[in-house]
Amino acid sequence: MKLRFLWPLPLFLALVAALGFGLRLEPGSLPSPLIGREMPAFELAELRDTDRRLASADLVGQPVLFNVWASWCVTCLAEHPVLMELKRAGIPIYGLNYKDSRAEALRFLDRHGDPYRAIGFDADGNVGIDWGVYATPETFVLDRHGVVRFKHTGRLTPELVEETVIPLYRRLEAES
Amino acid sequence: MIGELGLFALILALVLALAQGTLPLLGAARGDAALMAAGTGGAFGLLFFVALAYGALTLGFVVNDFSLAYVARHSNAMLPLHYRLTAVWGGHEGSLLLWVLILAVWNAAVAVFSRSLPREVLARVLGVLGLLAVGFLAFTLFTSSPFERLLPAPADGHDLNPLLQDPGLIFHPPILYTGYVGFSVAFAFAIAALIGGRLDAAWARWSRPWTAVAWGFLTLGIALGAWWAYYVIGWGGWWFWDPVENASFMPWLLGTALLHSLAVTEKRGSFRSWTVMLAILTFALVLLGTFLVRSGVLTSVHAFAVDPERGVFLLGFMALVVTAALILFAWRAGSVGLGGGFGVVSRESALLVNNVLLTVAGAAVLLGTLYPLLLDTLGLGRISVGPPYFEAIFLPLMLPLLLLLGFGMQLRWKQDDPVEQARCLRGIFLLSLAVGLVWPLLVGTWSLLASIGIFLGLWIISVGVKDLLARLRPRPQCQETRWMRARRLGRSYVGMQFAHAGVGLLVIGVTFVLGYDEERDVRMAVGDTVTVSGYDFRLESLERIRGPNYSGERATVAVFSGERALGTLHPEMRRYASQAMPIAHTALDRGLFRDLYVNLGEPLPDGAWLMRVYVKPYMNWVWTGALFMALGGFLAATDRRYRMPARRARAEEPRP
Repeated sequence: MKLRFLWPLPLFLALVAALGFGLRLEPGSLPSPLIGREMPAFELAELRDTDRRLASADLVGQPVLFNVWASWCVTCLAEHPVLMELKRAGIPIYGLNYKDSRAEALRFLDRHGDPYRAIGFDADGNVGIDWGVYATPETFVLDRHGVVRFKHTGRLTPELVEETVIPLYRRLEAES
Repeated sequence: MIGELGLFALILALVLALAQGTLPLLGAARGDAALMAAGTGGAFGLLFFVALAYGALTLGFVVNDFSLAYVARHSNAMLPLHYRLTAVWGGHEGSLLLWVLILAVWNAAVAVFSRSLPREVLARVLGVLGLLAVGFLAFTLFTSSPFERLLPAPADGHDLNPLLQDPGLIFHPPILYTGYVGFSVAFAFAIAALIGGRLDAAWARWSRPWTAVAWGFLTLGIALGAWWAYYVIGWGGWWFWDPVENASFMPWLLGTALLHSLAVTEKRGSFRSWTVMLAILTFALVLLGTFLVRSGVLTSVHAFAVDPERGVFLLGFMALVVTAALILFAWRAGSVGLGGGFGVVSRESALLVNNVLLTVAGAAVLLGTLYPLLLDTLGLGRISVGPPYFEAIFLPLMLPLLLLLGFGMQLRWKQDDPVEQARCLRGIFLLSLAVGLVWPLLVGTWSLLASIGIFLGLWIISVGVKDLLARLRPRPQCQETRWMRARRLGRSYVGMQFAHAGVGLLVIGVTFVLGYDEERDVRMAVGDTVTVSGYDFRLESLERIRGPNYSGERATVAVFSGERALGTLHPEMRRYASQAMPIAHTALDRGLFRDLYVNLGEPLPDGAWLMRVYVKPYMNWVWTGALFMALGGFLAATDRRYRMPARRARAEEPRP
């Protein structure tokens, strides 16, 4: 074996190491310009109760999860059991029903369960645009002042919730 | 039942791949003919069972079996049958199964077409391919099974992404994968040669046709992807330096270098260890590309479903394969001979420079693709590297390469006379330069880029034509007509001519599109006219339409050049039942010197539409050029001398 022919190997291994670290950077947690900022204000009709309104002010006062979903989104269906689990853990979840029809959305909740405290009905997707939604589902964690502290694009997996979302939520709860 | 049958077939395929990956290698090491022969049987069995699994998944789509989670995610009952068939590769799991199927096809093809190889060589090649199949099959089975059940089954599926519901996409992934995966054969030959310790001209000759075919498919696949982006994405762009495009472009650059380096190794016996290195690196980039696309480390328009587990598996597999290959290389490359020497002005030198430029270009693209990720890893923030970086670094590398291409084709092996070559090519050089300076003036305002493009394109094409004519010139001493001489030109020579002419066309097309395309985004109501590049576009009418799984609007746009009517275009805006976002369907009028491109943007409150009206000059030269290149690769692979039995081929090995 001649050592001078071995030079590509360390280069390659360095690349693999860098990629390995890259993998641990939580794929899916895309940078959101909203992180650290106050949430975009909105006021929408409530999905289940048309007489009520849901406004951004309703999300302030305690840390909450804000979940963007739609009945046409199969990934949201895959994510759904995790949301039900979060509800059982006592974490308040507010929803944004994104570009959906009211009847379909209600049928979805009837069939699969309803994890939400309240749901804004964003039929034309205007609020979604303000929030920078480009794929459903998306989940935001807001602190008690309504500041966005975390955003995840794509399905919330049990691991992600266990390792990141719930600890973060408990920390925010403890913050005064 | 179908799903479980498919899964079972995949498991059997994995078992066969394990056998194919071990027995022939063992046989070759021990000189055991029976074990060596196991490779061929394994290859056919592997193909059979992978095809069975693929057929099972396809059947799931045909009968709308939404209890298969993959089918439910990528199809629905309203989707037309031909799109249900292509939806099989519409997502990560299915496209991976297609990938494995194509690997199995290449594998079986090697078993069929390489029977005349020495049996140790064939055994080692099939053994390496078997091991690669083990990796990809295990990846499919353990992290990405397309046969997972979704119970209770939903009443209907989601839908195939409407962007993918297009004829261009029917062919793009299979052809791209065929090219991509094809480089595993060149890799397997390189590894087999390293194991056997025989890196000689015969090895280069065996690898060349496989490399040429893989390269041709990769060229075609990339071009189809660009063609699809051009009219489906709806921005009229066709190359975005997107990480996923780069993922297929990097192996293409290195594969192109490999193709040329193999020529030197075959003809002159030189560059041996470099050629082996290129074969390894090209396949390493294939694996890296697979990792980048399917692990979600890079954010891209193409990104598949994100799952860290898959990333870890692929990264580990890549690390294993490439580390093993590089160690084997370090162990063996020292004992490889150097081959024939050559002078400064010779075809070897030209090809060496070609290799250096292509490799540097590949490295530059790799750096640009990974730079955001590396910064992120080091905690220095998230950025994206855009086209300005790639264009700034790519053009200076391509200009000398294209200039050299003309000279290189003319140069003799070993040593050539620079003065005589300069005299011989002076006329063509000056003529191309003159036409290059003037031609852009006929199209519009003069542009440096277009001038350079025309000059280089003409230079490459005319040197090729000159060389062809010189070869066809009847010689007085022998009784041959031009036609007889033409028939004696080797297919690999004709293939090279085709591919190089394709490069010329491509260069002209690219520089003209970059220099002269006109894009107007305008508000148009019925009856309005807009003028772009001398063409008048009049919006005649708007109507509602209804398709099998969408509804939408269709515009009728009449196009005039002065008084002359050129016909009508029908851009559409479709709303798919299953999707929130409406999808624009572009109308195109293609022509030799320009494409007319009309796209419905968005409706405005007063009933008018925001429309994108583009005129793209010379766009078809880009596609034609790419087609010529791919055709060149296929032609070269069918050269007679690759089909000669191994014994004769060995006897004719060149003396350095």
